This record gives sequence, structure tokens and C-alpha cells, in this order.
Amino acid sequence: MTNLNAVLDAARKAGAQQAEAYQVANEETPVMFEANRLKELNSRHTSGVALRVIADGRIGFASSTRPDDVDDLVSAAMETAPFGPEAHFDFPKQVEAPVVETFDPATEAFAVDDMIEAGQTLIDAVRKVEPELLCDAQLRRVVGEVTLVNSNGANVSYRGSMLMAWLHGSLIRGTDMLFVGDVDASVSPDIDTARIERTVTWQLEHARDLANMRTAEMPVIFTSSGVADALVMPLTLAFSGRLVQQGQSPLAGKLGDDLYDARLSVHDDATLPMRPASRPFDDEGVASRRTPLIVSGTVRSFMYDLQSAGLAKAQTTGSAERSLTSQPSISTTSLIIAPGETTFEEMVASVKEGLIVEDLMGAGQGNVMGGDFSGNVLLGYKIENGEIVGRVKDTMVAGNVHEALASVSAIGDEARWINGTIHTPPLLFDRMAVSAKAS
Amino acid sequence: MPDQLTSRDDIETAVRGHNADYVEIRIDDTSTTRLVYRGQELEEIGRTRSFGGCARALVNGGWGFVSFNQPHDIRTRVEEAVAQARHVGKETSVLAPVDPVIDVVPLDVAMDPRTITLARKKEIFDGYNARMLSVDGVTSTNIVYGDSHKRVTFASSEGSYIEQERIDVISRLAATARRNGDMQQSSMSLGALNDFSYIDTLDEAADMIANRAVELLNAPYVEPGVYPVVLDPILAGVFCHEAFGHLSESDFVYENDRMKEIMVLGRKFGQKNLNIVDGAAVPGLRGSFKYDDEGTPAKKTDLIREGILVGRLHSRETAGKMGEPPSGNARAIDYRFPPIVRMTNTYIEDGDATFDDLIGDIKLGVYARNWFGGTTSMEMFTFSAGEAFMIRDGKVAELLRPVKLTGNLFTTLENIDGIARDLDFNQGGGCGKGGQMPLPVSNGSPHIRIQDCVVGER
Repeated sequence: MTNLNAVLDAARKAGAQQAEAYQVANEETPVMFEANRLKELNSRHTSGVALRVIADGRIGFASSTRPDDVDDLVSAAMETAPFGPEAHFDFPKQVEAPVVETFDPATEAFAVDDMIEAGQTLIDAVRKVEPELLCDAQLRRVVGEVTLVNSNGANVSYRGSMLMAWLHGSLIRGTDMLFVGDVDASVSPDIDTARIERTVTWQLEHARDLANMRTAEMPVIFTSSGVADALVMPLTLAFSGRLVQQGQSPLAGKLGDDLYDARLSVHDDATLPMRPASRPFDDEGVASRRTPLIVSGTVRSFMYDLQSAGLAKAQTTGSAERSLTSQPSISTTSLIIAPGETTFEEMVASVKEGLIVEDLMGAGQGNVMGGDFSGNVLLGYKIENGEIVGRVKDTMVAGNVHEALASVSAIGDEARWINGTIHTPPLLFDRMAVSAKAS
Repeated sequence: MPDQLTSRDDIETAVRGHNADYVEIRIDDTSTTRLVYRGQELEEIGRTRSFGGCARALVNGGWGFVSFNQPHDIRTRVEEAVAQARHVGKETSVLAPVDPVIDVVPLDVAMDPRTITLARKKEIFDGYNARMLSVDGVTSTNIVYGDSHKRVTFASSEGSYIEQERIDVISRLAATARRNGDMQQSSMSLGALNDFSYIDTLDEAADMIANRAVELLNAPYVEPGVYPVVLDPILAGVFCHEAFGHLSESDFVYENDRMKEIMVLGRKFGQKNLNIVDGAAVPGLRGSFKYDDEGTPAKKTDLIREGILVGRLHSRETAGKMGEPPSGNARAIDYRFPPIVRMTNTYIEDGDATFDDLIGDIKLGVYARNWFGGTTSMEMFTFSAGEAFMIRDGKVAELLRPVKLTGNLFTTLENIDGIARDLDFNQGGGCGKGGQMPLPVSNGSPHIRIQDCVVGER
């Protein structure tokens, strides 16, 4: 490991007025299954240091995975600083961070053989439902440590752990291809493989028959997974304090406005215990918190990191995230959409002719910044007279997330974790543009 | 010398004498410079150095893989990978034979970005940013520039030792126009292998992007539906990559009997006019190299010849298991990942039509240009155009808001009924698969016409 204080000292000697060193060390152990059987074991060690400097008011940046590289690291950061953006912040002093549970020794101790067994058990279980299903699966254990020190006295560090399981199955008949799958992740080894099994079983049972869609505006239900695929990215991008300050977000100037359905509440929370996206402080050393974005339909706050907060004359919300090689930028942690009162079955029963979107492909390709989403329904079902009648093909759905969320027809009463980081109920919209090629 | 921390001798010794069917080591050393603008301001400038290595082993059909940043004691890392592989392996290892190669490939650079000062790079992009922002109606811009120099050292237990270097120069210019609540964006992504020189030639491109973003504010939405569609070379190249290229990657096929039936060589995929090729041996493109990340020499592989499936993309394992020749398509984005089957330079070959032939007899259709994005799930694909126009009575008519095209691969390839003779390459893309992104690739095509394509708003 690199001596981070030595990096700060070297940066100041080289002319930086302020400096920040960020170090990550991760050990990632994926167990990979291919075509229903164990295929590959990996162990990936990653470590490195990133240095940000503020020199003559401007930000310079460099990173390196070479522990012996202090001189090169400092000179690279100092070389970029004269051309860098003006700094609108000081690095924070040492902060009182909340206690956030991010590490479970049981995950670190979770044996590779147990991961192999969990994966094989899962594959065997879903293949009982559909013997011809061909499964790829992965159990992944990640254990790591983040350390951040800066020249204003902050010196913070935490360990994190995560266990993740995903299963992806394909069923091919002629040239018809069905893809099913689910994923769960947790700080602890308590990932819910039974849920993955239930979800995939449900998908298989409802996808057996094919149903024809027509091109029309019609009711559309997004399952939790569909919400995460299609709606979350265009929605949360609009809450980026940087894009708001630059006038690029459609929410610029709309803080406090009642833009959304009065039943809709959305918040970001980095302090939830034992969630993979949780952390005591963000990637600039700012204390973590819960940030309400939409409260009962009202735009409540935007997300900021240090630079965007400085530019907007706002307070950072501890939303800075970075990898080793990238500079901090604004990101969600755990995104929570509050559940409503309608059961999924009631939603389906209320629709005469409509579409259920479970997996949307290519959702991030449009004018995402303006809130547009659209994509090819990779896994979705048709509703006729209140019942799911089969899987759809060659079907696209499109809309604008801000317009859609202004009037939600029903919010599901049960939220679930998608990818371990988004907790959302299903949502029903009355009218959405669906285009289909009748086969 | 790959690096002062790891000598050639260390690496070659470390792969020898293990109780394994196959062992390899890769050491990467990558240095990157990156500039990002958003609006008036340069938002980010930085340099990164990424040095690391990996060991991969095959025992009884099972793989082990260990990656590391600290290159001390490589032999122990190899032993870890061998132990993992032994834990997994319960079958027989199969690798298609490849002759061992010892080669140190010199860097063939036209204009080296490392010889251009940071001040000059910033001056060039300050210029483009100012040009775009000066267009009336443009409210913001986004520019990304990156150059990266990468040196890869490879050694295998079969006696290969290969050093290769490459420099990627990528750039993206985007302009956003806004009026009342409405917002439109236009962008262009470019790239080059081992050559900085195009970076200094983008004045016209910057003007075009900025003006197009403003024009889009007045453009109508497409009426969603099924149309005859003409694609420009850039978008047709993306279509070729997304809709067909991924399906030709054999790791989706080699252990899947149903996929083998679908992708059986000799199957008719398109009309007589359709020829599709992939190959890193096509020189000077983003997907070009001399050896892949298993040390297999680059090739040019016919995938579709006169509408018939004739070949596919392989790693040594997929080739061995399918009894086909290795194609040199095993690629890893960096030392943190094992190589998997990837495309290189994928393109539709020239036909004999002209652009006017393609649009001449279309009464009502869509002309879609330029890449915005694309993705596939094998059977279904979706890709979005940077810009689109209606075709009315055989002529290119009004500009549309951006459109997205979607369809079923098997019917869509058969519906290509016209191919022009104006092949061009898109070098601005990066491909993602299995968590490895963006891998440098290129794709290309002449103008093509597809009947009965589903078109929607983007």
C-alpha cells in the first residue's frame, strides 16, 4: 500500500495548495457457471491511488495502479492542473460520519465451495421448472477497502463487502429466443437465491405462450425490474445538481414544484444498513445521508458533489462517486421509490388491453437527459381482459419519464430490490406509446 | 523489456513447468490522457496509469484466472490460477492448435498524441467548443477526448512470447439545443488507431453538429410504424455489429445445441447480395491488431457469403470444441479480465447499387443516419440513429426527431434488398460484453435498404 500522507506531502512540495489522495484495494472472486455447469473461477486483485490537487485555484488529476509511482503520480496531476477547471470548493475537513454497516466478516469468510454449491443449486432448481433452460450464473464475492486523506485533515477509511448472485437463462425454440433472469446482492451472505428462483419460475410460466401486440397507446405496467431498466436513469439524471446548475436538466428552476403524482416519493439513501451501495462517507470524504428527491410529488432536492455544490451555491449531498481512474461525479447510491397501495394482481386485473414490461433493451439510447426513454421489450407480457395471455415479441415502448410520472395510474404495494441498489414497486401508466410489428 | 518490474525472463519462466493443460500470462501497461468539457467549462482533465497483469490456466476443461496490480512473484499467481482451474475441471481440455509465436511488434504510429502538448490539445478542443457554443440556440455542449497508449506482453506455456503496442485516439462532440421545455441533442463519435491527426480537422463537424441540434427543435416526430428504411454506412455498420455480429460470436453457440441449429453453417441469412466479414487483419482500423489476447494471429473471417452463413468468430476453446479453425477473436479489455470472443472490424461489403437506386422507388420511408447507440439480445436488436429524414416519393424529405429501429435479426437480414457501393467505417464506437467495455472495434457498411423495419421515436 502507498503511504497516502507521503503523496500529499509530495503534492504540496510540487506546488499544490490542497491535495486529496484516494486509495482503493479490492478483491473480487467470481464463480462462473456456463451452460448449466461450473466453468471458471476468478480472483481479481485491484489496488491503486488517485490524486486530486488544487494548484493556483485549478483542479488537476492523476491515478496510478503502481504503488511505487508517487513521483510520477504527483507530476502527472500537477501537469494537468494549469489546464483544469477552476475549483469551487475546498477539500472537506475531517467529518463526523454516521455509523453505516458496510462490511460483514461472514462474506469475507464465505467459501468458494459454498458459492459453487449455491450457484449449482439455483441452476438445478430453475431447470426443474424448465429442463431445456440453458443457464449462465455467477456468484460473486467482493471485499474491499476505501481510504481517503486530504490536506485539510480528513483521514477516513471503511471496509465493504458484497455477495452477489445472478442467473440468466435462455430457451430457444426454432428462432424464437426467450431470456429470463434475476439478480440479488447484499453486504452479507444472505442473498435471496430463493427469490431468484421464484422470479425466474414466474417468468418462465408466463412466457410460454406468445401473444400478438398491436401498435397503439395503451396501459403499460412496469414491473420493479422494468422500472429499474427504463425509468430510473432518465429520472435520476434530472436530479443531478450539476445538470440543474447548467440548465441542462428539465428540472432546472423547478425546485419545490409539484411536478409528479402526489403519491410518488423517491429518495436516495447511502446510510441503509447492509446495502451494497451504502457507505459512511462519499468518495470525497463527505458524510453520507438520506436525500429526498421527490416528496409526495414535489421536487424536494437535487444531488450534489463538492464542485457542483460550489458552482450552484448549494450544499453537497454526499453524492460523489468515483472509480480509481475517474474523477468524482454525481451518482445515486440506494435509490428508493416508495410503495403504494395496489397489488400487482389488481393492476393486471384493471387492464383491458395492455403491456407488462419486465426487461427493456436499449433504454438509455435516446434523449435521456430530457427524460425520454424507449426500447425493445426483451421480456414482457400482453394483458387481455385483466389476464396475462403470453409473451410479446418485436415490441417497443416509448415515453418521457417526467410526463409519465406526473400521473401514475397505480403504484404497487410491494417494492423489491433490483441489482441490490434500486428498491421500487411496479408502476401502472394509463397511456403509453407501444409500437409492434404483428407477426 | 516489458517493464522494470517484470523482465521477459521472469514472465517466460513463470509460465513453464506447471501441472496444467495450458497456462498464459498477460501484462498490461496503459497510460491515458482525458479531457471532458460540459458547456463553457472544461470539466475534467486527467492522466491515468494502469499497470497490472493476469495469469490464466486450463486444467481438465476448467479455467482459473488471477489478476493483480503488484507484479511481484508472478509464479505464485500462476500457481493460484492452476489450483483454481484444477478445482473446476472435470472434463477434457480442448484448445484449437495455434503455432507458438515469438514476436515483438513495433508500434506503427502516424501521429503520436504523446508528442502533442496538453496545452495544444486543450487549445484545439477549446476551439471546437467555442464554435459549437457560438451557434444561436445551442445551450450546452459535451466534448470528450481521450488518448491511450497500451503495451501488452503475452506469454504462454506453449512457448509464445508476444509484445504489442497500440494507441487509441477517441473523441466525441455533442451539442444540446433548448427552447422552452424542449431539448434536442446532436453528436458524433470518432476514433483512430495510432493516429492523432484527425483531431485537428473537426471544424466542419463541430458546426454541423451544433446546427443540427438547433434544427431538431423544429423537426416533427416520426409516425411510429413499419417502413422501408435506408441506412447510411455508419448506422448500417452498427446494425451489422449489433444485429448479426454478436450472434456470430461462438461463445454463445458452442455449448448450446439449439443455437448450433440456428447458426448452422450453410444456413441462408440474407439475399445473394449480402456479404459480411470480420477481421483484425484488415489494417489501420480501431479493431486491428496482429495477435489476439491468446496469441492467435489476426485473420479476416467471412461470416456471410452471398447470403449464406459460412463462418464465425472463435477463441481457441470455442474453435477446438466446434472443430473449426481459430479466428483470432479472443480479446480482453485489460488485465483484469480473461479474453472472451469479441468482434474486431466487422463490415458489410460493397454491393452494386447507388444511393439514388436505393431511395428512388420508395414512396414513403425513412432515411436513418449516424450512430447513437445499439444493443442486441441475439434474436432482437435495437439501435438508434443520430438523425433521420422521411423519404417521400423517391426523395429525401423533412428532418425528423431522432428515431430508433428495432427488429428481429432473422427476418431483418433477409429484408436487406439493396446494397450500395460506398463502404465506409465507423471508428467511434466501443463494444461492451460480459462487463468488458469499451473494447475498441470498428464497423462498416455501404448504404443499405431494409424493407419492413419497425421505426419508433427514440
